[in-house]
Amino acid sequence: MAPRTLFDKIWDSHVVETLPDKTAILYIDRHLVHEVTSPQAFEGLRMSGRRLRHPDATIAVVDHNVPTSDRTQPIEEAESRNQIETLERNVKEFGVPYFPLLSARQGIVHVVGPEQGISLPGMTIVCGDSHTSTHGAMGALAFGIGTSEVEHVMATQTILQKPAKNMKVVVEGQVGPGVTAKDIMLAIIGHIGTAGGTGHVIEFAGSAIRELDMAGRMTICNMSIEAGARAGLVAPDETTFEYVRGRPFAPKGEAFDEAVAYWKTLAADEGAHYDRVVELRAEDITPVLTWGTSPETVIPVTGTVPDPASEADPGKRAQMQRMLDYMGLEAGQKIAGTPVDVVFIGSCTNSRIEDLRAAAAIAAGRKVAEGVRAMIVPGSGIVKAQAEEEGLDKVFLEAGFEWREAGCSMCLGMNPDRLTPGQRCASTSNRNFEGRQGPGGRTHLLSPAMAAAAAVTGCLTDVRELI
Amino acid sequence: MDKFTVLSAVAAPLPEENIDTDKIIPARFLKTTKRTGLGVHAFDSMRYRADGSENPDFVLNQEPYRKAEILITYDNLGCGSSREHAPWALLDFGIRCVIAPSFADIFHNNCFKNGILPIVLPHDVCTQLMEDARMGGNARLTIDLPRQVVVRPDGTEVPFNVDPLRKKLLLEGLDDIGQTLQHEKEITTFEERRAQAQPWIPRIVLD
Repeated sequence: MAPRTLFDKIWDSHVVETLPDKTAILYIDRHLVHEVTSPQAFEGLRMSGRRLRHPDATIAVVDHNVPTSDRTQPIEEAESRNQIETLERNVKEFGVPYFPLLSARQGIVHVVGPEQGISLPGMTIVCGDSHTSTHGAMGALAFGIGTSEVEHVMATQTILQKPAKNMKVVVEGQVGPGVTAKDIMLAIIGHIGTAGGTGHVIEFAGSAIRELDMAGRMTICNMSIEAGARAGLVAPDETTFEYVRGRPFAPKGEAFDEAVAYWKTLAADEGAHYDRVVELRAEDITPVLTWGTSPETVIPVTGTVPDPASEADPGKRAQMQRMLDYMGLEAGQKIAGTPVDVVFIGSCTNSRIEDLRAAAAIAAGRKVAEGVRAMIVPGSGIVKAQAEEEGLDKVFLEAGFEWREAGCSMCLGMNPDRLTPGQRCASTSNRNFEGRQGPGGRTHLLSPAMAAAAAVTGCLTDVRELI
Repeated sequence: MDKFTVLSAVAAPLPEENIDTDKIIPARFLKTTKRTGLGVHAFDSMRYRADGSENPDFVLNQEPYRKAEILITYDNLGCGSSREHAPWALLDFGIRCVIAPSFADIFHNNCFKNGILPIVLPHDVCTQLMEDARMGGNARLTIDLPRQVVVRPDGTEVPFNVDPLRKKLLLEGLDDIGQTLQHEKEITTFEERRAQAQPWIPRIVLD
């Protein structure tokens, strides 16, 4: 057999059948379900009298819509409440395992899956959410799907898909102080663009990736979709196996050893073919952030806002100017020192315990600048409890941050956590699209440490000045 | 799902790159539990001003484009969130065909699942079709799926590619779950084989 990539191996091992036009019926090991993209799929099953084939390969949580404030009170927004209640009726009717709002295990679906050992190496994992790519950090083929496909997976435990192309992004070397997984990934997206990975699955490799902990790898794979890729992957290694060991739904004892033996066979073969290879030097990556309304608008925090006049293509020039107008920035201005109104630390990109520790290290002994609203939204109830055990909640509260309950929150503003028009936000989330965090809101994407630095200085700041 | 065969309709030009699905339908409108009714919110931030009134500069607020069934844009249409609410909003507005030089993968897929035909054509051809579309209400484009051509107002034809299986499903208005369930025996065999080879794969069962 020809040498295969990690993607090829996972793909091959899940093909049930290949149809005449090369479309595969691909078997799905894990289906993650949340309240926003599932109601129409359950309704479809009901209308056609179909059953949900494998409730024991499915897990449901509420995350997108949930309030991150006091949860002992009923949910105020009627439509959000209806969507959550609809999910609760559906999981009951179809027998789907579910972590309800008041469960300690509730949280953002892409934090919960790995944390509970539900997402495992070598698996195929889908969810009606584009950031399903996060689970690729486990060495699993994980991608977002639409609601029609959610229904398809519910009914058949498979999906129809053609194989993706293989792409490898290699980051060799050692990053400098203050440079995190988020900076590495933003630098990659800045380099290849938001359509740079279209049609491809990206495998992240190289010493700088290998040295990341699982949270860092999840941040990287999470934003693969911002590079247009179908999925992101990191080959499973000892870091992965140690992370998985002992998690609630992971294999135990002999079964675990058997699983590890299999997972070790997944890494790409010597000489495996990649359709595209991109290389970056870790030493060249500095703390970065975005200035515009596309995740590819990445500049170093020491840099200046680009000038549309330097863009030759008139369409692109006009689009750059619109971004500047929307963001309330001037061409050529230094990005550091720009005042912020809100700081959001959370989302499936950066809400794990490691992210909170990084933010707390900057916040400790400092105060949130006057006039700034700074929020910490842990990724799950488990992350929140762990942080409280470590005393991080006290660090944040003493500094003047809000310490909130788990959920997607201000990443997409479906719940009451939203920017108001014109507010500028330093955000650890993944998208800076117009209106993403609330109509008229202005988002700068950056790392948890950089976000904490913005909170305590009141403006976009090079975190290296605070460490 | 409605069949898609030949569509002769007004096309709206929207000459922008990277139109993300948040722009097509912002997250605050995703609280519905239905597939219909989202058309009024399609392109909300471009279509309406802060006071809720229509923005007269936006193409879909202008005649004849209020009745557009075809949308033409530039690269990477539908990037970002996987929300199928984006094609649902387009469909509910009346759009049955989207034309762009390139599409984001998930959106591209979601269009087919809802009877919307996404057509990939080179950038300069998209520019030409936008110019056709700007000629007004009589300048209709015809999308002939069986023959795989776009017929311009002057009668010239632009051929396009479409995946044969997806073409078949669109022409017949078929739901692909039924199609896959014809392979149920193979799925069951696959499951049995895996259970033997990898017995360690855990089931998710809550206490």
